[in-house]
Amino acid sequence: MNIFQIISEIEKVDPEVYDRLDSRRSIFKHMTGLGQKLSAAALPLAVGAIFNKAYAQTPVGATVNDVLNFALSLEYLESYFYQRGQATAALQAGFSATNKAALDLIRTDEANHVTFLRSVLGTAAIADPGAATFDFTGAKGATPTAANAPFLDVFTNPLTYLAVAQSLEDTGVRAYKGGAPLLMSNKTVLTAALNIHSVEARHASRLRTMRRGGPLNNTASQSPQSGTLNASPKSWISGTDNGGASPAQTAGIYGAGNNTGAPTGVTFDAESNTTQGGAALTGLPNTTGFPAAAFSEAFDEALDVTTVKAIARTFVVNGSTFLA
Amino acid sequence: MSESIFSPAWRAQPLGRRGFLRVSAASAATAALIGATGCSTQTPTPVATDPYALSLSTGDAGLVQYAYLLAMAQATLYQKVVDAPPSDLAAAERAIFADLRDHEVVHREVFKYQLDPTASTVIVPADLAFSLKSFTLTTRAGVLAAAQQLEDLATAAYPVLLTLLTTTSGTLLRDLLLKTSSVHARHAATVRDLLSPGSFANDDVVENTGALAGQIRTKTPTEVNTALAPFFAPYVISIANLAVPV
Repeated sequence: MNIFQIISEIEKVDPEVYDRLDSRRSIFKHMTGLGQKLSAAALPLAVGAIFNKAYAQTPVGATVNDVLNFALSLEYLESYFYQRGQATAALQAGFSATNKAALDLIRTDEANHVTFLRSVLGTAAIADPGAATFDFTGAKGATPTAANAPFLDVFTNPLTYLAVAQSLEDTGVRAYKGGAPLLMSNKTVLTAALNIHSVEARHASRLRTMRRGGPLNNTASQSPQSGTLNASPKSWISGTDNGGASPAQTAGIYGAGNNTGAPTGVTFDAESNTTQGGAALTGLPNTTGFPAAAFSEAFDEALDVTTVKAIARTFVVNGSTFLA
Repeated sequence: MSESIFSPAWRAQPLGRRGFLRVSAASAATAALIGATGCSTQTPTPVATDPYALSLSTGDAGLVQYAYLLAMAQATLYQKVVDAPPSDLAAAERAIFADLRDHEVVHREVFKYQLDPTASTVIVPADLAFSLKSFTLTTRAGVLAAAQQLEDLATAAYPVLLTLLTTTSGTLLRDLLLKTSSVHARHAATVRDLLSPGSFANDDVVENTGALAGQIRTKTPTEVNTALAPFFAPYVISIANLAVPV
């Protein structure tokens, strides 16, 4: 789910990556002649071709593959989460049929994102890490107890399951934004990544709606309960959402990121940011009387690789180097 | 007030009715000829200037104008719903529409700020309006259908819009538009779920088969402009100056 970060990471070890990619823009020119829809359909192959061609003259360094596999690692994290949750009958019994179908759709979308990334990596793709790499209770592989597992009942309690799902999707949206600016020179890859990014946001919205209404309620018509954004959020991020579903573990998803090594002019602000495009939003015309939260809700913020990894490691067992 | 992110060259251009959005009659006639004959070499016959022919600017300014028009369309709709909600729209749903209104007004105003930080020029003709005539805004189903149409459109527009930005405007504009894009996806999913629970990522908006499975179905500026055209009549907006997606 992190095409952006792939390119970003490649750039760190190979500052000329954009030149390499750009010098082969003719790939896309040929595809353009076939019409945009067709070129879009050929995209995954094209992406693989870009990397293969871009590095054809130099050995494909282990570092490049490591970066591509990092993105795939994050996809495995999400996919394993939904795969297990959707296969757990006792958990699914707690959802209405419509809401179960919604979660099934999200599982399918995430699996499709995995497929897309694997097509980029080809034979260099990492082996399936296996379910044992992940511990979605947060106990990091220890026998989960109330003391060590913040999400102890993640696969038995629909509310906890939705809380973790929302956290993963909101993280994904921010991770994509963090890398997008580095893809501006490659329009085709950028479009693909932005498309996946918007799908993640649709997922996050539905999950938030479900958390507001409850797992047996299909509609989106519920108000957030006052002062309980943690358990009953809006469908968009309001301020820092009071730290998210489980603040001790999820506050970082809505807070400021790590600006070390960020491209010039880029800062990873908290979701409560109200300065956009050089404008102090609260001073804009025609906004008198708007609630303070509205100004930050109108924008989603980006997040850096380091912070994303730290969040993701919440669900990786101790002793594993996965996502380290 | 902060500096405009546009270069002085952009600021120097008149952004009022004369400069911003105005397309010459000759250009319009040329486009018509190309459309009619497929031939681009004929010299168009000059005709009287059409006061309702508008053209987006070239470069990143035109892309901001494009985003501005999308935000203006949404803000117009949501303001109407907030001012005159249908009787069958529940209180919690009215609160959601109030949020949508707030967000889209903020978007519209921050884009306006990019085009004109000092608010000293006229961004669009005073009588340019997004017409709500074709919507049924007296029922819950009607306002949700209208909202879904515009939010799905914006969600589909942004991934393409973002690829058309040049780097000359720096990071501020790029990040502004990027940060806006996923909020539309959140909006779209919410109004879809209000109208039809569970439809947040149906296959009419997200590809579910083929190599692009799991990705948004995008729309080019041409497709978006065509979708918006009936609402902005009698104005006819040209996006001929915008970059063309690869």
